[in-house]
Amino acid sequence: MNTLILKPIATLGKYLILMWRTFARPDRMRMFFKQYLNEMVQLGVNSIGIVLLISFFIGAVITIQIKLNIESPWMPRFVVGYTTREIMLLEFSSSIMCLILAGKVGSNIASELGTMRVTQQIDALEIMGVNSANYLILPKITALMSMIPFLIVFSIVAGIIGAFCTCWFGGVLNAEDLEYGLQYCFQEWFVWCSFIKGIVFAFIISSVSAFFGYTVEGGSISVGKASTDSVVMSSVLILFSDLVLTRLLA
Amino acid sequence: MIELKSLYKSFEDKDVLIDINAQFENGKTNLIIGQSGSGKTVLMKSIVGLLTPEKGKILYDGRNFLSMSKNEKKTLRREMGMIFQSAALFDSQTVLENVMFPLDMFSNDTYRERVRRAQFCLDRVNLIDAQDKYPGEISGGMQKRVAIARAIALNPQYLFCDEPNSGLDPKTSLVIDALIHDITTEYNMTTIINTHDMNSVMGIGDSIIFIYQGQKEWEGDKTQVFTATNQRFNDFIFASDLLKKVREEETHK
Repeated sequence: MNTLILKPIATLGKYLILMWRTFARPDRMRMFFKQYLNEMVQLGVNSIGIVLLISFFIGAVITIQIKLNIESPWMPRFVVGYTTREIMLLEFSSSIMCLILAGKVGSNIASELGTMRVTQQIDALEIMGVNSANYLILPKITALMSMIPFLIVFSIVAGIIGAFCTCWFGGVLNAEDLEYGLQYCFQEWFVWCSFIKGIVFAFIISSVSAFFGYTVEGGSISVGKASTDSVVMSSVLILFSDLVLTRLLA
Repeated sequence: MIELKSLYKSFEDKDVLIDINAQFENGKTNLIIGQSGSGKTVLMKSIVGLLTPEKGKILYDGRNFLSMSKNEKKTLRREMGMIFQSAALFDSQTVLENVMFPLDMFSNDTYRERVRRAQFCLDRVNLIDAQDKYPGEISGGMQKRVAIARAIALNPQYLFCDEPNSGLDPKTSLVIDALIHDITTEYNMTTIINTHDMNSVMGIGDSIIFIYQGQKEWEGDKTQVFTATNQRFNDFIFASDLLKKVREEETHK
């Protein structure tokens, strides 16, 4: 019983202490920006491909599914476009895409830091007098948080292109109806909601994965376990905070 | 000089270091030897501050490391260099970038001066030709030499080596030992080496302490090894037939 209660509290405490060390002033701004740019490429630019690919197909599939399932003489034809846009904007491009990124980026961060820990590279930084948490983790968190709005935009655009492709090449519905639906009752606030959610999820992915990787003890098996644990924990936290944010931002 | 005074360290109920007292002098290669699990790595980690002992003092030229503030420790750490068992080079950086790292982090020199200093250090360990390679592209011995170059980049006063010959062939081990010894005398550093390599003991053991089950069991230098009377020390040093024969020949002389 004690373990059930105390272990999560101890883990939360360790996470907060790590974040306290992470959000300190960098020892050298020059080195921070160098790392920050590297991480923007590593975590953000290198994820564009998978975001475009998945969003394109999901956009297409949503359009087809909605068309097939809600088709009715009483339903305006533009509803397909309208619903596709709302799903992409409000849920897929922020929440579901971040769940996907938790798998790709989260495991990358956890295994990279875990390997650095077991090969004593983090110890080497500490011996040199470098705040290793700040040097290694802060650029990852800031880079992912600043890249996520761009990934969300790419995801929305790819999803819409996917939806149009079902019209142009699949003949599922008229492209003009889809276009009208996509523009129907558009609320700019939903884009901002998507960005806000994405930024929060980016923080969860990068900080939680970094925590699991940074605190690895043992060898390669522990690194693998930390990588898996980080994906699971990030995904659970994303789903939970999605619920909270959806309620708060609605 | 580094002094240890009544150092104690335990993990949960297990005492790992018990009342360790020692002096490590400047310009000498000071060896900590002992069997695996004897506590020498814990001792080394306690000295450099990766672990915190429960009791005792660690004096760096009279400054007690354990009672220092965070900033004082940070400043002192810039006077330390460490070579890890696994070399601990940064995989994503080239050899030159690895050696430049402490300079990039703490030196106010221009980029050109930092490159020149890093190249000087690489030249000192005969690795200037490998400066553009990545750690994964060079041998274990070369990685150790890069680690030495990185450790001396900021002209440290204290050099720590955790089993620097681990995983190396005897010939390369001798090269690494000679390099560490030369650098120590050249820069008048306080060097502490954790090892169980007998070639190191007999080659560069200017000062040796033997740890047995967390306690200092024997202290001396390489010239006193053959005449030591401590049974546990002798059991450890002369474990192999080869060394037993060497001792017999030495005592017959």
